[in-house]
Amino acid sequence: MEFLRPATWDEALAAKAENPSALPISGGTDVMVELNFDRHRPGALLDLNRITELTTWESGTYEGQEGEVIRLGSAVPYARITKELSGPLQGLSIAGNTVGSPQIRNRGSVGGNLGGASPAGDAHPALLAAGKDVFVEAESVRGTRLIAIDDFYVGVKRNSLEPDELIRAIRIPVADGPQQFSKIGTRNAMVIAVCAFGFALHPKNGTVGTGIGSAAPTPRRAAEAEQFLADELASRGLWESGGLIGPAAVQRFGELVSAAASPIDDVRGSAAYRRHALAVMARRTLTWTWNEYTQSLRSAAA
Amino acid sequence: MRVTFNANGRPVEADDVWEGESLLFMLRERLGLPGSKNACEQGECGSCTVYLDGAPVCSCLVAAGQVQDREVRTVEGLADDESGLDPVQQAFIDAGAVQCGFCTPGLLVQTHDLLEREPQPSDSDIREALSGNLCRCTGYEKIMDAVRLASARKCSDASEVSQ
Ligand SMILES: Cc1cc2nc3c(=O)[nH]c(=O)nc-3n(C[C@H](O)[C@H](O)[C@H](O)COP(=O)(O)OP(=O)(O)OC[C@H]3O[C@@H](n4cnc5c(N)ncnc54)[C@H](O)[C@@H]3O)c2cc1C
Repeated sequence: MEFLRPATWDEALAAKAENPSALPISGGTDVMVELNFDRHRPGALLDLNRITELTTWESGTYEGQEGEVIRLGSAVPYARITKELSGPLQGLSIAGNTVGSPQIRNRGSVGGNLGGASPAGDAHPALLAAGKDVFVEAESVRGTRLIAIDDFYVGVKRNSLEPDELIRAIRIPVADGPQQFSKIGTRNAMVIAVCAFGFALHPKNGTVGTGIGSAAPTPRRAAEAEQFLADELASRGLWESGGLIGPAAVQRFGELVSAAASPIDDVRGSAAYRRHALAVMARRTLTWTWNEYTQSLRSAAA
Repeated sequence: MRVTFNANGRPVEADDVWEGESLLFMLRERLGLPGSKNACEQGECGSCTVYLDGAPVCSCLVAAGQVQDREVRTVEGLADDESGLDPVQQAFIDAGAVQCGFCTPGLLVQTHDLLEREPQPSDSDIREALSGNLCRCTGYEKIMDAVRLASARKCSDASEVSQ
């Protein structure tokens, strides 16, 4: 096995172009488990730890994205996302704070979660909910390609990266309303989600975002549920009034989220339980975020 | 391959390191630092917790080659030749928080980090900080006692110094 240690991003891209089968390793929290148990013997490891810009983030405005955007380096560990970005990336930082344990969160990264593309990855529901204009910045010696988050996940543990591409950063619009994340597991730590749900209110453009985890072959959006709720909020003037959404609409939203999933029975839970739990999480996260939203309206008016 | 880095304040060098090897293996088998324990090899148990550039991590999930030129501090590096055991270590002994001892090195490093960041943690802070460290003997109550004791001693030491 080879151990490639590029010192710069350009060197990393060159190394990946030359050895497309080299396995990138960032926090190592997925890769090392595979190696320790001899499940995988890549010909080469491509260590990204020396590339300092991967562990930084910046905010700015970018083409194709409305408003302010956080460009999150692919290797920024979850612990720092929660510490430094809990406001602008509220959903992702709540999700990140449920990953593994403190030790795992000091190493594990969104780039690694995307690289693995597990349907159970906790970053995915939060990224989907953050908006359709979340982009994965994939780079190779051929140039930069922006992959819309909806086009990123293509199968069980498969993403749309080309063999010579690496993830440089993830471009995520700054939260313009409350965001939440909820996850089912047997305890509060060290839990691979039985299923998970990310939710975001986007008052600026009158949309809502959803993301379903661990209940389909890939992380996925509940598109019909999003449309239903956005129509409901708009037609009843609720964005302006901050009035109650009411049990019927909340219930319907939960049903549509649940219907968007295609869960399986496995050791962590049954398909029926996952569907049930998704509806509950959808209703709860909607209620939590809507309460936060109406409070912010009221305090802005006061 | 050869890996050179700083372990517990000293420059060290390991030779013939396999490219897919973990930091934990290198510490234990090549550098004579067996304090960090090898239990689950998948980041679930926390027995191999060490500081990497100041942040506690599972050394079983760091590739050895990734620590080139970096700083690692293991449980062996908590005690000090002059002042003896770290207050966290002393508190674990005094509170009876050590039974078989296998999880202890990881708990010590993780507790050390917690008290550096938060000298007076609440019980829920302690539980959260130690949620990635499994102990199969104690039932955790004595470990909670040990952390509270270390915290109390650290805080009273600090207030004596400031007086
Ligand atoms: C004990 C334990 C608990 C865990 N709990 C959770 C949990 O609760 N929720 C959860 O979602 N995950 C969990 N995980 C899985 C893991 O921590 C996450 O998937 C994490 O986000 C991986 O990040 P990493 O930087 O460590 O990735 P790595 O292991 O370094 O890499 C993961 C994959 O991504 C690829 N990759 C990494 N960086 C790049 C890049 N820049 N460009 C292209 N490809 C790249 C790698 O080649 C590999 O295929 C857990 C893991 C462990 C060991």
